[in-house]
Amino acid sequence: MSENEIAGTAHQESYLDYRGKYKGILSWILSTDHKRIGILYMVSLFSFFLVGMCLGLAMRFELVSPGRTIMSPQTYNSIFTLHGVIMIFLFIIPGIPAALGNFFLPLQIGAKDVAFPRLNLLSWYLYMAGALLAVLSLFTGGGPPDTGWTFYAPYSIETGTNVPLAVFAAFVIGFSSILTGLNFVTTMHRLRAPGMGWMRMPLFPWSLYATGWVQILATPVIGITLLLVIIERFFGIGVFDPAKGGDPILYQHLFWIYSHPAVYVMILPAMGVVSEIIPTFARRTIFGYKAIAFSSVAIASVGSLVWAHHMFTSGMSDFARVVFSLLTFIVAVPSGIKVFNWVATFYKGSVKTDAPLLYILAFIFLFSIGGFTGLMNSALALNLHIHDTYFIVAHFHYVMFGGTAFAFFGGLHYWLPKMSGKMYDERKAKIAWLFVFTGFNLLYFPMFIIGYLGMPRRYYDYPPKFHNLNLTSTIGSWILATGLILMFTNLILSLYRGQKAGSNPWGGTTLEWHTPSPPPLENFDEIPHVTGGPYKRTKE
Amino acid sequence: MQESSGHAMEKHVDYTGSKIGMWLFLFTELILFGGMFLLYSVYRYKHPQEFHAGAVELDVVLGAFNTVILLTSSMTMALSILALRKGNKKLSLILQLATIGLGLLFLVNKYFEWGAKIHHGLYPGSEQILQRGKGEILFFGLYYTMTGLHGLHVLIGLAVIGFTVYMTQRERITAEDFVILENTGLYWHLVDIIWIYLFPLFYLIT
Repeated sequence: MSENEIAGTAHQESYLDYRGKYKGILSWILSTDHKRIGILYMVSLFSFFLVGMCLGLAMRFELVSPGRTIMSPQTYNSIFTLHGVIMIFLFIIPGIPAALGNFFLPLQIGAKDVAFPRLNLLSWYLYMAGALLAVLSLFTGGGPPDTGWTFYAPYSIETGTNVPLAVFAAFVIGFSSILTGLNFVTTMHRLRAPGMGWMRMPLFPWSLYATGWVQILATPVIGITLLLVIIERFFGIGVFDPAKGGDPILYQHLFWIYSHPAVYVMILPAMGVVSEIIPTFARRTIFGYKAIAFSSVAIASVGSLVWAHHMFTSGMSDFARVVFSLLTFIVAVPSGIKVFNWVATFYKGSVKTDAPLLYILAFIFLFSIGGFTGLMNSALALNLHIHDTYFIVAHFHYVMFGGTAFAFFGGLHYWLPKMSGKMYDERKAKIAWLFVFTGFNLLYFPMFIIGYLGMPRRYYDYPPKFHNLNLTSTIGSWILATGLILMFTNLILSLYRGQKAGSNPWGGTTLEWHTPSPPPLENFDEIPHVTGGPYKRTKE
Repeated sequence: MQESSGHAMEKHVDYTGSKIGMWLFLFTELILFGGMFLLYSVYRYKHPQEFHAGAVELDVVLGAFNTVILLTSSMTMALSILALRKGNKKLSLILQLATIGLGLLFLVNKYFEWGAKIHHGLYPGSEQILQRGKGEILFFGLYYTMTGLHGLHVLIGLAVIGFTVYMTQRERITAEDFVILENTGLYWHLVDIIWIYLFPLFYLIT
């Protein structure tokens, strides 16, 4: 299927021009079209992201110098809790699957929609309901929760702040995540276009497939754990209350049985985005398709067995610690396989460094730093030294922000022209990228050092010897924020001023590039028949 | 699954797809309860004697009666699907209503069982229970949580079956398109299966 073939035929009207039963905002919030739902998610996700970003900026500003700068310690505790809850539950867990996945999974596998379109809309409503509850928890009851996003017992069952509502919010959002995963897995089993065997499915869907299973199998564990915290608070059943014989460490186990796999819910789809963008911009078939596809599944399965590495200092037998440490080292192997395959794809490619690829190259660099420091964390002896210090904060921001969010931004630049039909300004995008990349490293790299030197995380104050590094970090946060604002402005402006993008602006090979931009209501004028691998290039 | 994927896309109803979705959902339910079974096993391992003492106080007869009720309701549920597929809408409706009746009976029994316990001052946080050993506090804490959450599932199941009764009556569920009823049946069996584990773990370990 070449582009000319599409250009010759009359198209169905695009999903943006389609006039359904409803008008205005209702045509969005009542639509079961996966593309509109994807955009609903995207707008909500980035709104929360900006809120989380402002909270982060406030935290960094408080830490610009030792002692009190702008807020009280209690406010600081609430702000880091909120920053964590918003960024994790409202942005990065739903993140790529809910926004880009919803929009592009059906397009990439040549389907008209997901398997359960109405359920899909319901998950967005659950997500928004959860978000609303989280906001409500700030202004009702005993004020904003101050437990950290982990809600560790016994503090979470004792504190006077509004933990139950915040926990319930996380529960509802978890339910939304389960439904999305269930929907995607079923979609991939049932709705692949004729001729698209599993081994012809693009790698982004593959990563969503692995993610979907993790969402289905891990999320219920946090569901019940959070529910038990609520029941514990209201009825005092005692399961996490040491005074009644309960064991708070069991809470930690249950919490991390979900929340560690959740880390892979965050990173796997990002790896999928990377695997899409690299072959397009290297003008090459992906190197090691099967290795990348199966390493997603391997990460998802081994990743489910490593949760207790969050608890090396919590009280566990040495034997258990050694086992969990070993498993954690093993889970790095499939991630390494992916990185090698991505880099190998560039070999003899004709590389075009547009903004999407810049974000992806930044991803590989930052994710590697995050990954290697992760290995340092999983070494038992070193873990005792850096546990609960800024080293950990730096590590997971390199993986989550430098990894997932950078891939998200890359994917956004890559796919927005398909979603809107308009091209963004490339030069401004590159400048924004430079700010984001520089600011990011300036913000988070010093944290490795202050953490290693012994500054604990979540502390409101610090001794003067950490001042310079903290100052650098805060300055980095300003540069990063500037870059992000530039990036978002540029992307939003493209919707109004952008030039027409055409059906295939990047020369991509997967199915979404074989339909007009923006895509018609039912995605394809004719259901495509797939005859080869997703990244196969024909001579042009 | 691969060969039929082309068909699934053309039709707007996909029987196999709906079943896959339902099974995936059932996995999540199993794991939700799995978290509590994990807590149960840890605490029972820590306090075997006190769990034993707690179980003595539960009413085995009432528990056994409820087990029989739920098992029978699973049977009526399964038969209602069979009846509908054979084209007997009326019988299917009767069997669905019978399932609802049995489910309600289960909840009524549960109400009396809990009521008696609470009447004796045995409930989480009560003065009486806090005087007992930690193992017993945990036993009753888990008893109320797990049977309570199970009861909630029974209630949800009843609401859903109420919905299928309406749908069958309006012929939105028919002998040709019965996947909603079948999925409801799967859910109801899950509720049943969870009870089959709860019953021995709480009542029969004396």
